[in-house]
Amino acid sequence: MRLLKIAYKNIARKKIRSLLTIGGVAMAVAVLVSLLGFNAGYKMALNNDVDKMGYQVLVTAKGCPYEAATLMLKGGGGLRYMDADVYDRIVTDDRIDKITPQLATVKTIEGGGFTMYMGIEDSYTELKPWATFKEGKWFTSPEALEVIIGYEAAELEQRTIGDQIFIPDTREILTVVGIFERTGTQDDGVIFLPLKTAQKIFDLPDQLTGIGIKLKDLGQLSAFEEDLYDEGSIQVISLAQVKGTILNLISSAQILVTSVAIIAIFVAIVGVINTILMSVFERTQEIGVMKAIGAGNRQIFQLIWYETIIICTMGGLLGSLFALAGGSGVEYFVKRFLPFAPEGNLIYISPQLILFSLLGAIALGLFSGIYPALRASLMKPIEAIRSGE
Amino acid sequence: MKIIEAIDLKKYYTRGIETVKALDGVNFEISAGEIVAIVGPSGSGKTTLMNLISCLDNATQGVLKINGTDVTHLKEAQLIKIRRENIGFIFQQFYLIPTLTVKENIELPSIFANKKFPAEIINNTLKQLGLAGKENLPVKMLNSGDKQRVSIARALIDSPRLIIADEPTGKLENKVRDEILVIFKELAKRGIAIFIATHDLELAANADRIIHLQDGKIVSKAESDLYE
Repeated sequence: MRLLKIAYKNIARKKIRSLLTIGGVAMAVAVLVSLLGFNAGYKMALNNDVDKMGYQVLVTAKGCPYEAATLMLKGGGGLRYMDADVYDRIVTDDRIDKITPQLATVKTIEGGGFTMYMGIEDSYTELKPWATFKEGKWFTSPEALEVIIGYEAAELEQRTIGDQIFIPDTREILTVVGIFERTGTQDDGVIFLPLKTAQKIFDLPDQLTGIGIKLKDLGQLSAFEEDLYDEGSIQVISLAQVKGTILNLISSAQILVTSVAIIAIFVAIVGVINTILMSVFERTQEIGVMKAIGAGNRQIFQLIWYETIIICTMGGLLGSLFALAGGSGVEYFVKRFLPFAPEGNLIYISPQLILFSLLGAIALGLFSGIYPALRASLMKPIEAIRSGE
Repeated sequence: MKIIEAIDLKKYYTRGIETVKALDGVNFEISAGEIVAIVGPSGSGKTTLMNLISCLDNATQGVLKINGTDVTHLKEAQLIKIRRENIGFIFQQFYLIPTLTVKENIELPSIFANKKFPAEIINNTLKQLGLAGKENLPVKMLNSGDKQRVSIARALIDSPRLIIADEPTGKLENKVRDEILVIFKELAKRGIAIFIATHDLELAANADRIIHLQDGKIVSKAESDLYE
């Protein structure tokens, strides 16, 4: 314990050099924590987005299945449409627990961006029981000129119950009858209207963009998909596959960031070894005297090792703080480069992750300290004392 | 009681094809409570002898006993134990750890020996050396005289049988040198043997005996009175 105190005071001897080295370790740890936090956070956010769609299977018009799923998740142009009678043909299948038809349309808004409109039926809330009302209520009839607004869309447009909204490219004015509570999914930014109203005002009679299905038993998914192969104009997408594909899409970004993290860690190791080695050389005489007055090789090794571990632990703590403080900035930056960014926090830094990073920083210290500590401990006292004469 | 006993002590180095006889058959003894100064010109073998007595180096031939233990062929780990238990060091350059306080510097040998000295011993040592009230000051804030006092306190803290002082007054003013001499005499009265390497003839003259080295050999072992 007393050696630890001496080690700490030795670090304080060259404050700027020690701070720079601690800063180097902190940067490496911050990159590592952010990367691991991103891995965990992205998966959680994606799972949340996909799970909160409420269904395991999506039936869409033929085309790129993943593009269709991503559009359903995130919105955007290029939606494909299928005949609504597909719904009538499959709704009677015994294997289906819950089913809901959807018609999505996207309208660009002034100043950039877009708004997604979604035609839905009563069955929508059966698949999404968490879609509760912050204010207002459900549509008064299946063909009412009414909308229910997602939480964020209502906040953004400052809408309240009774407001009239005009939908671009249509001649209709609709009344806001409800505002959903926040769900933490893309649905928060969507404006919902009755399916039949949507088909009418968007001039898409008997058309759908998707049918969400929850099976009674997910094990029947393959057989269910096979049976639908006969329907020539549609495709069946499992959302589990969608998750896997999206994770694959971001893996290239992860490889890049991982490479940066590995380089940062390598630079930090070299920096720590350099600093401690320089400090050992500067204190050669002092180490010789310590040996003369009774320090053993093991004690000198411990002393130098402690110095390295203190530097790396402080770097680890500081790096974790940087990662916690700068998480939102990193998230903003990362979101701009990802092909698909789910709603919610993309970086999740858990206490376990902080602990893991701290242990990693200590391990970095243990490793970096070996060579300088060995050099110091093997010094011959006479040669060390004479070195400055 | 003999604290140092050197019998036909030799230390040879090889420099290229040449063999340098740094010490060539040295014989002497130092008893408890004796102050012995070793003098001689540069290259006479003074430093080599100091290193052997300090257990920092091994002799090539002969016998060297420290407090009755033959240290001639001991391994480094065993020499460390002999140093910890028997020897206190005082250097011309003090060699204190600048980031530590007076008290922490004095406690260093106890840390390496895995001991904890009672506060009473530390306080008495501080008081004895005129350092009372300065125990929590960083040593870098002290003047040269106080630094050497801390160095002496560090050497004394583990009750050594032998103190080895390498030019202990070399960086001190005359007044401080005299004070250090008084301290050495008090330590000798307590039975500690003090072995001083010095160029300072006035300091040497205050020793009980002077060993004069030249070309690796002792040329005289006179009573110091002869030098006055």
